[in-house]
Amino acid sequence: MVTAITSMGRSGLHDWLMQRVSAVIILAYVLYVGGVVASGVDYASWKALYSQTWMRIFSLLALLSFGAHAWVGLWSVFTDYLTERMLGAVGDKLRFLAQALSAVIMFTYIVWGIQILWGL
Amino acid sequence: MLQVSIYRYNPESDAEPYMQDVQVDTGGKDLMVLDVMEMIKAQDTSFVYRRSCREGVCGSDGVNINGLNGLACITPLSDRVRDNKLVLRPLPGLPVIRDLVVDMSMFYAQYEKVQPYLQNDTPAPAIERLQSPEEREKLDGLYECILCACCSTSCPSFWWNPDRFIGPAGLLQAYRFLADSRDTATEERLAKLDDPFSVFRCHGIQACVNVCPKGLNPTRAIGHIRNMLLTRAT
Ligand code: SF4
Ligand code: SF4
Ligand code: FES
Repeated sequence: MVTAITSMGRSGLHDWLMQRVSAVIILAYVLYVGGVVASGVDYASWKALYSQTWMRIFSLLALLSFGAHAWVGLWSVFTDYLTERMLGAVGDKLRFLAQALSAVIMFTYIVWGIQILWGL
Repeated sequence: MLQVSIYRYNPESDAEPYMQDVQVDTGGKDLMVLDVMEMIKAQDTSFVYRRSCREGVCGSDGVNINGLNGLACITPLSDRVRDNKLVLRPLPGLPVIRDLVVDMSMFYAQYEKVQPYLQNDTPAPAIERLQSPEEREKLDGLYECILCACCSTSCPSFWWNPDRFIGPAGLLQAYRFLADSRDTATEERLAKLDDPFSVFRCHGIQACVNVCPKGLNPTRAIGHIRNMLLTRAT
């Protein structure tokens, strides 16, 4: 059965808002970094940019937004197509697997991202 | 001669559905799709579909006409027929009972969920509950729905989750009562719509708006519900 227990916030409004807010943050980040790259960077200026605390925070925020955005979006796709209705009994197992896999991937990216940002 | 291809399925005799080709002499006139269906039925009485008013009022003859849902009785051939070919199928996404007749239980179950009736526990006034012309105006574009299901059965979100997503028709009615100045159950109604499926499965692709034979706009109503939920939460 398709239920809402694996959705992000269990409230449709919460997920919907999360999706919008995270999209804006990701967009702002991509535009900013894109602008920096377009105006020309070398190793020194790139390193200087990423050694500033605000840039690290901004990057982490974008990374977390990316994780949340992907979770809400994929949850929506999985509960449309990987279901009992579409695939029979195996649908629910497949969906659980797909969700677990995407959770592990996102968690990995976030931890790895923190490592890179703070040079741990 | 108009080339008509109709979806046939009789669970008592057919192992599976098939498309039947029929030729119909329209006499060169721009008939309504329902007229053509009646002509086919006159030749083959085993062909089954629903109809009643034949003037776009009862909402019983919603069918898929050349890929787009619509009411057969008010859809002229010239609207849909290209290359002299007319393809008739049952409304998509619902179980077929026979030929063009679908089982609408899931559709009605969603309609029932929104409690489509006025709720007000305050003592009734002697004559009637009054509304200002402005308050009444808010119901325009909402109350006209005839529940033909053309919208909900063209909505992919409803196809995939017909048991959880209320669908455009049900949500249009949900908003019809949320917008009614005489209804006092607004909070209870909104609380029931906040889960991730009922309203938020709508991804705004407007397939519903595109087919409504009454020219209604469920997507806009859904947007209003979302705004009400947002206001309620903040
Ligand atoms: S909104 Fe339009 S298409 Fe949908 S059920 Fe009502 S009349 Fe039919
Ligand atoms: S706008 Fe929403 S309700 Fe209408 S067809 Fe699209 S997903 Fe369905
Ligand atoms: S027969 Fe009543 S709406 Fe078409």
